[in-house]
Amino acid sequence: MGQLTTRERDLAAAILLVLAIVGIAMAAAGRFDPIGVHGAIVLLYSLGLLYLIMSSSFGPPPDPSRISRYYDDPIKVGVWFTLLWAIFGMFIGVWAAAQLAWPSLNFDTAWASFGRIRPAHTTGVIFGFGGNALITTSFHVVQRTSRARLADQLSPWFVLFGYNLFCIVAVTGYFMGVTQSKEYAEAEWYADLWLVIVWVTYFVLYIRTLARRREPHIYVANWYYLAFIVVVAILHIINNLTVPVSLGHAKSYTIWPGVQDSMVQWWYGHNAVAFFLTAGFLAMLYYYLPKRAERPIFSYRLSILSFWGITFFYMWAGSHHLHYTALPHWVQNLGMTFSVMLLVPSWASAGNALLTLNGAWHKVRDDATLRFIMMAAFFYGLSTFEGSFLAVRPVNSLSHYTDWTVGHVHAGALGWVALITYGSLYTLVPAIWKRERMYSAALVEVHFWLAFAGTVIYVFAMWNSGIIQGLMWRTYTGEGTLAYSFVDSLVAMYPYYIARAFGGLLFLIGAVVATYNIWMTVRGVPALAERHEDVPVAAHLADGAATGPAE
Amino acid sequence: MDVTHATLVEAAKSWGLFYLIGFSICVIIYTFWPANRELFDRAKKGILDKDDQPWT
Repeated sequence: MGQLTTRERDLAAAILLVLAIVGIAMAAAGRFDPIGVHGAIVLLYSLGLLYLIMSSSFGPPPDPSRISRYYDDPIKVGVWFTLLWAIFGMFIGVWAAAQLAWPSLNFDTAWASFGRIRPAHTTGVIFGFGGNALITTSFHVVQRTSRARLADQLSPWFVLFGYNLFCIVAVTGYFMGVTQSKEYAEAEWYADLWLVIVWVTYFVLYIRTLARRREPHIYVANWYYLAFIVVVAILHIINNLTVPVSLGHAKSYTIWPGVQDSMVQWWYGHNAVAFFLTAGFLAMLYYYLPKRAERPIFSYRLSILSFWGITFFYMWAGSHHLHYTALPHWVQNLGMTFSVMLLVPSWASAGNALLTLNGAWHKVRDDATLRFIMMAAFFYGLSTFEGSFLAVRPVNSLSHYTDWTVGHVHAGALGWVALITYGSLYTLVPAIWKRERMYSAALVEVHFWLAFAGTVIYVFAMWNSGIIQGLMWRTYTGEGTLAYSFVDSLVAMYPYYIARAFGGLLFLIGAVVATYNIWMTVRGVPALAERHEDVPVAAHLADGAATGPAE
Repeated sequence: MDVTHATLVEAAKSWGLFYLIGFSICVIIYTFWPANRELFDRAKKGILDKDDQPWT
């Protein structure tokens, strides 16, 4: 925050004061309700940030030459948010997995029951880890591909800290039992409203930065980021149209009735996968893969075709979550058909990525970071194929409500989303902190194998248990009665649940190793000698003086 | 005019289809438009530039 001007600090302080007052109001109005606790959290969060702003406000004024450099300070903070949320979210995930094998791990408490820690896990990894990774890398990619500095210095901080406040309010709410009971949209109305404000700011910042670009053409990675920002805003608003019981009450009721609510929820839910967990991460793929491989993307035109394919097909696929329900049959067919068609643009992207590496496979062998990205593209191809397959109605009759779905989601979340994120972070961190390399290439290698082994163990365990479950539930005896009770299938799951928890644990250890490695890179690796051939000598000296601690 | 279930079905099954076909034709024309080739080539190679400062 050292580069903020006095005016920006005043504005930041004003925003934080308003937020603190909102926090007090929430705490007062909701003193008999969980919303009161959230009011206290909002108050403490804004006062903490206010202290940060105030305590540095009498420092030296920012260096005027900063305008001729990229604005990377929010990216550095975003990297830490990403890494910490990963450890938190994955830890809760391993815990939830262990509870399925050993149910007494909820310690007979309400807050640690499976129904509460599961959304804490999904929100922690999807929104905490994934969302921070997307915001952080998008700030990096949009500046580099536009050859322009972020449009202003305040709104990136607002987006980053505002978004993390949303995540904190959401996760703490689940532990208290606050939930909308909508998958991936569990956070209640006040958190949702706050996210809308943050998200619109993010959108405006992104568009303003693109408008300042020096490149005539907007690089395809930005299209994906923009699709992610725009569509998530639409999805979030429509799925969270609710009426709260009162302003001092956390509970709200959705305006959508019956089967419409299911349809809206899964239109949201599947597009959250599409635009949160796919589009934004494809943006990372299209920037960090060519960068790391030092080769241009195999086919730029193919990337454009697959962009529009993914954007327009995914929108219609959500109803495949509601096969054999009250949803009209033709809507189920529509979702199924579009899900199958989605394979074309999905494999176009995965193929484009893998063909980019043709001629650079020796780099994949030697460089674990590039291997992260390559393996992510591979898992992207694998899980999109599996997704199209599972969306076919007869297949779904076997797979639905079983662990196969869970295995599919984790092939995507661990194999694709997390691997591409760590590959991007290992490329981003040395570039942003101007280090010549990561602290330890060996630790990147260790992380790769932990992550890869963890994913494979997890996915195979869930494939096995899911198909066994599905088959046990549909096996009939000669007399026409079910051959197995539900508890029989549960007993059969026991070894797979242990294997799943172990796979997740390996992945979690990998995330801890990555955090340590990045920490040591920032602390210990010598800075890269900057090349400034095309900058006047005076500017060079000013640069040297400004090189201090990052924040 | 009443918007009923039948209206939505008709829109989805006819106009929705034409809209998507029309849209995909537009995308293909844009992608393969000869004048865009130079722009795309530049975008493809430009990101590999080692330069790490905004252009002014």
